[in-house]
Amino acid sequence: MRRFRFSNIMLWVGLLFIYLPMVILVIYSFNESRLVTVWGGWSVKWYVGLLDNTQLMNAVMRSLEIACYTAIAAVALGTMAAFVLTRVTRFKGRTLFGGLVTAPLVMPEVITGLSLLLLFVAMAQLIGWPAERGILTIWIAHTTFCSAYVAVVVSARLRELDLSIEEAAMDLGAKPFKVFFLITIPMIAPSLAAGGMMSFALSLDDLVLASFVSGPGSTTLPMEVFSAVRLGVKPEINAVASLILLAVSFATFLVWFFAHRAEENRKKAIQQAMDESTGAHLQAGPDSRRDPSQVHA
Amino acid sequence: MAVASSAYKKVLEGDQQPKEVLVKIERVTKKFDETVAVDDVSLTINKGEIFALLGGSGSGKSTLLRMLAGFERPTEGRIFLDGQDITDLPPYERPINMMFQSYALFPHMTVADNIAFGLKQDRMPKEQIEARVAEMLKLVHMTQYAKRKPHQLSGGQRQRVALARSLAKSPKLLLLDEPMGALDKKLRSQMQLELVEIIERVGVTCVMVTHDQEEAMTMAQRIAIMHLGWIAQIGSPIDIYETPTSRLVCEFIGNVNLFEGQVIEDMEGHALIDSPDLERNIYVGHGVSTSVQDKSITYAIRPEKLLVTTEQPAYEYNWSRGKVHDIAYLGGHSVFYVQLPSGKIVQSFVANAERRGARPTWDDEVYVWWEDDSGVALRS
Amino acid sequence: MNISRSLSRRMPSGRHLVIGVPFVWLFLFFLLPFIIVLKISFAEADVAIPPYTEVYTWAENKLSIVLNLGNYIFLSEDSLYLAAYLGSLKMAFVSTLLCLLIGYPMAYAIARADKDIQTVLLLLIMMPTWTAILIRVYAWMGILSNNGLLNSLLQSIGLIDAPLQILNTNVAVYIGVVYSYLPFMILPLYANLVKHDQSLLEAAADLGSSNFNSFWKITVPLSKNGIIAGCMLVFIPVVGEFVIPELLGGPETLMIGKVLWQEFFNNRDWPVASALAVVMLAILIVPIILFNRNQAKEMEGRA
Repeated sequence: MRRFRFSNIMLWVGLLFIYLPMVILVIYSFNESRLVTVWGGWSVKWYVGLLDNTQLMNAVMRSLEIACYTAIAAVALGTMAAFVLTRVTRFKGRTLFGGLVTAPLVMPEVITGLSLLLLFVAMAQLIGWPAERGILTIWIAHTTFCSAYVAVVVSARLRELDLSIEEAAMDLGAKPFKVFFLITIPMIAPSLAAGGMMSFALSLDDLVLASFVSGPGSTTLPMEVFSAVRLGVKPEINAVASLILLAVSFATFLVWFFAHRAEENRKKAIQQAMDESTGAHLQAGPDSRRDPSQVHA
Repeated sequence: MAVASSAYKKVLEGDQQPKEVLVKIERVTKKFDETVAVDDVSLTINKGEIFALLGGSGSGKSTLLRMLAGFERPTEGRIFLDGQDITDLPPYERPINMMFQSYALFPHMTVADNIAFGLKQDRMPKEQIEARVAEMLKLVHMTQYAKRKPHQLSGGQRQRVALARSLAKSPKLLLLDEPMGALDKKLRSQMQLELVEIIERVGVTCVMVTHDQEEAMTMAQRIAIMHLGWIAQIGSPIDIYETPTSRLVCEFIGNVNLFEGQVIEDMEGHALIDSPDLERNIYVGHGVSTSVQDKSITYAIRPEKLLVTTEQPAYEYNWSRGKVHDIAYLGGHSVFYVQLPSGKIVQSFVANAERRGARPTWDDEVYVWWEDDSGVALRS
Repeated sequence: MNISRSLSRRMPSGRHLVIGVPFVWLFLFFLLPFIIVLKISFAEADVAIPPYTEVYTWAENKLSIVLNLGNYIFLSEDSLYLAAYLGSLKMAFVSTLLCLLIGYPMAYAIARADKDIQTVLLLLIMMPTWTAILIRVYAWMGILSNNGLLNSLLQSIGLIDAPLQILNTNVAVYIGVVYSYLPFMILPLYANLVKHDQSLLEAAADLGSSNFNSFWKITVPLSKNGIIAGCMLVFIPVVGEFVIPELLGGPETLMIGKVLWQEFFNNRDWPVASALAVVMLAILIVPIILFNRNQAKEMEGRA
């Protein structure tokens, strides 16, 4: 039992380690004083000031736009990759394919960023496309590495699905494509949503890839924050960071809330079905009337 | 019980009407890489019958079923349905529907939508679909659950929905994959009868796969015993139990006592077998065609036909002395394990017809004996 | 396996499309770029757009390829680069170890918690990974600086007289790396530990094994795949980490990601940056393959 207690203590210490700095950051974003380390009373002036910072607001809008496109494309691409990995067990180059799908998960971002930029430069030279780097090239970069995350999440779900459900649909006359859209997609919908949210967040957060492949005039939010932060702590940045933290926590809470509610409903329904069927047994089954355990029920 | 006895009755009477072949499996072989799952199997399934493929895991019964459904393609051989070669048809073009072991209900659809799914694939008009779904729901007594989702149903209810779904398209052939596999034991016997009743009412031909011999014998009119990819015997439950053609079959179905021996007398009307395990010879009430070189034979007798008595039988053949080695009381009957003088232990089922009767007990000297026509002589 | 094979065979045209689209995308935007990096690492820096010379030229119907090893020789001659590689590896190794030591008990505690609490705890661990690493590192800048919260606290309770220099040292980088990558260690460990059959430990206890002994002899060996996945998810990206050493590290912090960034953005020496990337990839290829094989094994194990 001692080890169990030790691991529990570690858990709470670890969570404190993870969350304390963020809480401190949020508190200090309400600091009146310009000196970020000296407490000068509560204030929301840094938040108000953000609205006037058009450069920052533009970067926010640009980042959100890229994140939206990325989430959509990464879910589509990652789901296809996951489907191939789990359902098509044999084809030439499967090992290479598996490697290509999972490698972006761990590849250092500086390498991916540098190599993608060099690709875009070479392509621009060779075929004249992409003519300039910007939202499009950032989107391609983000989609590439986000689809790896989607593929991992979705393939985990696909693997635990009962294959006979898809076979049943085919048995009842649905062609493979129809099976995929009518049966498979609805069953893996939660993991598609999770993959989409993850891609959105990853795209919104990325600094390194965007720094490499963006062009002039397409600065994203993390790039703005980074260039400000490099020179030290600033109260405006505290406010931006806090807003991002709050948005992410809120989204996390929503995910938990809906998942929790769905699970509760499911449990209730199963309980109800079980109650009914045992009730029906009592009336219908001649055997159960003799069952001694049921006599006092 | 009335239903099961009707299936049983049909077997006893031996269908009067001429048999019409629905499915013809012609020398079908299926290999996965190097392993042979199904090995040169040929069989025919008649219209309107319930046919069971019975075997252990790895016997190839499921692979054969999946080839009928179209999920696997035979490596060699052809499959015909109603005279049409369906070997290369994909599952969605075959007039065959399957009830899966896990039921495979679509979790995101209601009971009604599940049943309607196959009909929608045929682009049937909406009113017709609704009517057909209602009819199916009524057939399986699930009308009041039409709007439920699968996870809101009990195991037995799910099975009924799965059955309704696979019957909705009026398939020419219904496949059942371990139909009782997902149910607990008590519900099984009840659902077996219900399932047979529904299938017979609809009149659909049915092939089922099971590893449970009791299930196969209760539900099917004919059974094929599969082992390592080939069919060991095809026949009615009675044929298979009472006249197995091989040691494999009689050991697979029920319990059996086996005596190895040599044929010492072989006549038109009877034969005598000498087994070193028994003190007296075995008398068989018919001739056994033995070859001149090989006189060895196996005599098989079921435990319920092997009788235990405390008095020495008056006959010349078919008995032996023994000692009660162990007794297992199972309620309805007891199993006596009797050790013969040779050391061999045989089983005998003794019905517990009286509540308490004078019976042999442990280490008692007893005799085991049987009637002339109780056992089967097996060449293999 | 048989099932999926038969499913796939049933879609001759769709099959090619489904395999083809992600394959082509990944080939074009993930594999091909590495080949270009390799090519440019053999070029020479040039004052041009783009700032490097062509490796091959097509003149007088002759294809001439000039492989310039100068960049690699340059890397090996300047001790700065070697120190940066070693610094990165040391940083990655030590912080992976720290993450494992902190993360394992945490993952274990989550896996043993009640089901309802498990989901909440998991979300608490996962949430930071959805927040920019930049912001989480930034939070530490305010805490660790000379007149930051930590120094003020230590001074006010009288533990130290003068502020400790923590920000812009390797200690700050270690804190930042462990802080940022801890969730990536915990999640695969949890995914593995939660699958363990509790009755194995009960069986061990029944056979007289102490808790401590069961932990080392049963739990740890069974979680091998989780440990490998977690360690690789931390080690590999940390070797190339740029943001953390840039913001928390100081002049003493030599890490290859930072050096590569400087070569590329500050010196605009694309060929040397490419050579740095190629060498980094060569160092990391073994762990990456290890990670991929481990992933594939996990996937097949469950299938």
